[in-house]
Amino acid sequence: MKKTYLLEDLCCANCAAAIERDVAKISGVNGASVNFLTTKMILEVEEENYEETLKRIKKIVKKNEPDVTIKEI
Amino acid sequence: MKRRLIRLGIGTLIFSVAFALMASAKALSAAAFLAAYIIVGYRVIFKAARNILNGKVFDENFLMAVASIGAFIVGEYPEAVAVMLFYQVGELFEDYAVGKSRKSIADLMNIRPDYANLKTGSGVEKVSPEQVKVGEIIVIRPGEKVPLDGIVVSGHSTLNTAALTGESLPRDVGCGSEILSGCINLSGLIEVRTEKEFGQSTVSRILELVENATSQKARTENFITRFAAVYTPAVVGAAVLLAIMPPLLTDTAAFSDWLYRALNFLVVSCPCALVISVPLGFFGGIGAASKIGVLVKGSNYLEAAAHAEYVVMDKTGTLTRGVFEVEKVQPAEGFEGGPERLLKLAAAAESNSSHPISLSLRRAAESNYGFKAEAVSAEDVTELAGHGVSAEIDGYKVIVGNHKLMNKWGLDFKTPCEAGTVVYVAVDGAYAGYILIADQLKVDAADAVEGLKKKGITTVMLTGDSKTAADSAGKKLGMDRVYSQLLPEDKVNIVSELSREKSEKGKLLFVGDGINDAPVLARADVGVAMGGLGSDAAIEAADIVIMDDSPSKLLDLMRISRKTISIVKQNIVFALGVKLLVLVLSALGLASMWAAVFADVGVSILAIINSMRALKEK
Repeated sequence: MKKTYLLEDLCCANCAAAIERDVAKISGVNGASVNFLTTKMILEVEEENYEETLKRIKKIVKKNEPDVTIKEI
Repeated sequence: MKRRLIRLGIGTLIFSVAFALMASAKALSAAAFLAAYIIVGYRVIFKAARNILNGKVFDENFLMAVASIGAFIVGEYPEAVAVMLFYQVGELFEDYAVGKSRKSIADLMNIRPDYANLKTGSGVEKVSPEQVKVGEIIVIRPGEKVPLDGIVVSGHSTLNTAALTGESLPRDVGCGSEILSGCINLSGLIEVRTEKEFGQSTVSRILELVENATSQKARTENFITRFAAVYTPAVVGAAVLLAIMPPLLTDTAAFSDWLYRALNFLVVSCPCALVISVPLGFFGGIGAASKIGVLVKGSNYLEAAAHAEYVVMDKTGTLTRGVFEVEKVQPAEGFEGGPERLLKLAAAAESNSSHPISLSLRRAAESNYGFKAEAVSAEDVTELAGHGVSAEIDGYKVIVGNHKLMNKWGLDFKTPCEAGTVVYVAVDGAYAGYILIADQLKVDAADAVEGLKKKGITTVMLTGDSKTAADSAGKKLGMDRVYSQLLPEDKVNIVSELSREKSEKGKLLFVGDGINDAPVLARADVGVAMGGLGSDAAIEAADIVIMDDSPSKLLDLMRISRKTISIVKQNIVFALGVKLLVLVLSALGLASMWAAVFADVGVSILAIINSMRALKEK
């Protein structure tokens, strides 16, 4: 299933790349793409246990960019 | 932003005071440097500390904090403050440049309609386009954007389709016309019955396509991402070695000197310039292409288009308009009245038929001579299936049809050698001449082919059409190769064969109208579909969609893609070159920390500005 999130206040391109890399490694995430310019994160994820997966995704985003707020769109 | 500016201003002021005091009052100046440092850099140090607690070490803030604290320790007070100051000023510029790029991209996306005027039982209500259902009636006033795809049910107007096609010529619409969301209504009020929901409407699909295009990464981008992941640890590792090894191995090397050189390494170790500017360049290129009505579905396709060696094009609908038009009217020797009478008689005889050929005869008669076939009474009309018609017009017995019909009547006629469909006409039992009807080449087809050849690209035409028609069109256009009488699977085979012929790095583009070319579009390195307007199949199947039907947009596409690639390359060479140079000079003890800061943020800013040129390309 496809999920799109807005990463508000994403301001470092290197962090965006790191988020993309790390999120893609989570089990339950089949594909991740972070667009630094539109500050959108587009994920292809497994429906099963998505709550759990989302928690891990949020943790990774926080770790790389503590100032970012994640919003689902 | 403003607070940051004020903070930096105060910091700079104290910094210059400290600088002035350096010679006369050493202790006071050191205190002033420390004050300036704290004012300018506390946030960076705070962020660095927070990130370390989060388990993230190689972070830009951390590197800057270590470099500047290190500079303090080795006694280089001015440089410690300068690193922080320039880093922050650089960041400010960088944020500004990123904000600016985001804004120009948002402007590009500005074709999204904000509202729809929904017609309800009691009047007209302003609602968001998402709320409108299929089959409801919306009202579009002059100056408003068309919010959803639909069909005009009343009123007429002209539409500006530039946002979708890049074509500036307005399009006339009236009752029954299909209109697409994203166009702007220019002159009259129209009512439209919606055909699609907002999410499925053209404008939404285009926006989604362009926004998601950058998730299909180009090879260069993947390379940069992989490179960035090893670059920072490698440079930091080298910095550690640089600080420790020389003082340990030799007696003459001073630790503080080598530490200073190592700190320079830390400053240069962020790959930000590359990580921002390369995707930005591709995004800009895709943006520039969509501005002229060429949708590119991924950075990888834009990159591939720049390396095109073969451009293989379908004939009908791609190079030709796919509409049959009268090309030539040739009266027989001795026929009275010339081409005008010949065409008028033929059109009148065919006035009851809706066959495409009859329609083209009537269109030509009307546009050339203002002749309305319906107004003339054709009597005793007999349709001869597979042959043509016979009719009596103004007392003349007119026969219009193919060569079989002429043979059947035993008429003496000459077969012309031109390509196309020939309609023969006989009047009162004598051969009167022929009318040549052919699919017309698009006006810009020849320019497109010529332009491609000038770029050193081999042009190939594929068609299911007859050899005469294909060869004649191929010759007119100057195609390098022409393959005719092909079945769809033959096209796939030829494309596969050509793919083997091209060089390793070269790419093969296939351009078709997307309707029955899906297998070939998929087989080619890059599939380009023509006429995306209204054709969902084309948008789905192709990698690149040319929204209006012009083949010359291929040239614009090539220009934009080559320009984008060259900008991206410039940035990579420039950023890596400067960084490498500063690293080498630092290792030799020849570069100051000022140079290192420039190699970090200065290069980022210049690379971003350079990347934005890709978007400006017209």
